[in-house]
Amino acid sequence: MAEHDTAPDTAKELGAFLERRREQIGQRWADAALFRTVFTVSRDEAVEAGKAVVDALADVARSGRLEDVDAPGFGTVRDQLGRMAAARARAGYTPVQIAGEVADLREPVTALLQTELQDADDVWVHACAQALAVLTATLRLVIMETTVSAGEELIERQRQQLLEVATPVINLWDGVVAVPLIGTLDSARSQVVMESLLEAIVDQRAAYAILDITGVPTVDSLVAQHLMKTVAAARLMGAECIVSGIRPAIAQTIVHLGIDLGSIITRARLADALAYALTQQGIVVSPRPATGASQR
Amino acid sequence: MHAPIVSTTRVPIGSDADLAWVRQQVRQSAADLGFNLVQQTKLVTAASELARNALVHGGGGHMEMTVLAEGAHHGLRLSFVDAGPGIGDVDLAMTDGWTTGNGLGMGLSGAKRLVREFALDSRPGEGTTVTITDWVSGLPAPRTGAP
Ligand SMILES: Nc1ncnc2c1ncn2[C@@H]1O[C@H](COP(=O)(O)OP(=O)(O)OP(=O)(O)O)[C@@H](O)[C@H]1O
Ligand SMILES: [Mg+2]
Repeated sequence: MAEHDTAPDTAKELGAFLERRREQIGQRWADAALFRTVFTVSRDEAVEAGKAVVDALADVARSGRLEDVDAPGFGTVRDQLGRMAAARARAGYTPVQIAGEVADLREPVTALLQTELQDADDVWVHACAQALAVLTATLRLVIMETTVSAGEELIERQRQQLLEVATPVINLWDGVVAVPLIGTLDSARSQVVMESLLEAIVDQRAAYAILDITGVPTVDSLVAQHLMKTVAAARLMGAECIVSGIRPAIAQTIVHLGIDLGSIITRARLADALAYALTQQGIVVSPRPATGASQR
Repeated sequence: MHAPIVSTTRVPIGSDADLAWVRQQVRQSAADLGFNLVQQTKLVTAASELARNALVHGGGGHMEMTVLAEGAHHGLRLSFVDAGPGIGDVDLAMTDGWTTGNGLGMGLSGAKRLVREFALDSRPGEGTTVTITDWVSGLPAPRTGAP
């Protein structure tokens, strides 16, 4: 898009009009859902926010860059617009609905414009209204942009949270820690699993670490490799690893895939893995607790 | 190989998240067609290997999933297509434990063992297409009394 050295007259006229009427427009916008439901402390606050957006639009109009989402004029309100869009998104509005609300801001301004230019000639009025339409469309784009990037940020944040949340290390018994693995074990997840497991082994002085894969739907060569690496690392820390929760269908698949987990101690259930770890430590695990058995 | 095609779906392979989506799509379709749990697991695992190869070695591509029908017999055909560097020596690539990366080198050969039909078409400099097909085996267990 070419830079305009001199803004077209209509754009300049529109800019001057917005500047003159900033108070009235701010008042009218304060009642629009976009402002009213976001700036809830007082109506004045909503009016101020509205006026800030009017000022920005006036700036953009004066620069003649009506169609340019990167026009410097938007800079001052970009943050505010982003907060507004985010608040609407949190209230359950889709980006399309939010864009619709932005478009609705045009009507009260057009009405004001027509009253003011009552005596001007039709072509001129039409041109100004047209310029206003373009400017509003650009504002809509600017807000859409902030909505989308807010969404992406949210997703990335949730992904990061999931990385941490989904890998709790449980201290099952003195010297026995366990991680119930759930979902997809991609490289990032397994890195987190390994780190938190090794940390727990040190913290709890654990001699046994149980990796339970009941919640892992697919064990392919990469997941198997991650498991083997984790087991090897635990060994280096002086802990023995037991993998539990290998379901029959997964066991068959691993065998056909050709992966040899022979060097890893495996047990069908988490309970079996715990029993193994306890027995190894000399703790007797009997199926029915005999009366008077020592409490641990 | 002349089984009539019932439907075709295309799934992109461009990221780790896409791999998870590929697995879910394959599992869902296999379950819908009546594959038993072991078959489903094998098919999904093979798909995971081949999709990851397309992503890691082929620089990304897509999976084409086709539902086949031969009489009352249903099958699932999965093609993993990339436009990457191709495989120079196919025999070597199909060898257990052979890898140019830092994997186990079990993906390609393992995937072949997990399914009924396996076809590899690769041209150096042009890309790789691996196609696997599996059929719902035996008589579908009657699902009486299922919840
Ligand atoms: N789509 C592909 N494009 C190019 N080269 C490939 C492709 N698929 C496999 N290869 C080559 O074949 C080799 C063997 O593949 P295979 O899947 O068996 O092992 P891997 O991917 O290296 O490790 P993993 O066991 O984790 O799958 C790869 O290292 C790679 O060099
Ligand atoms: Mg591979």
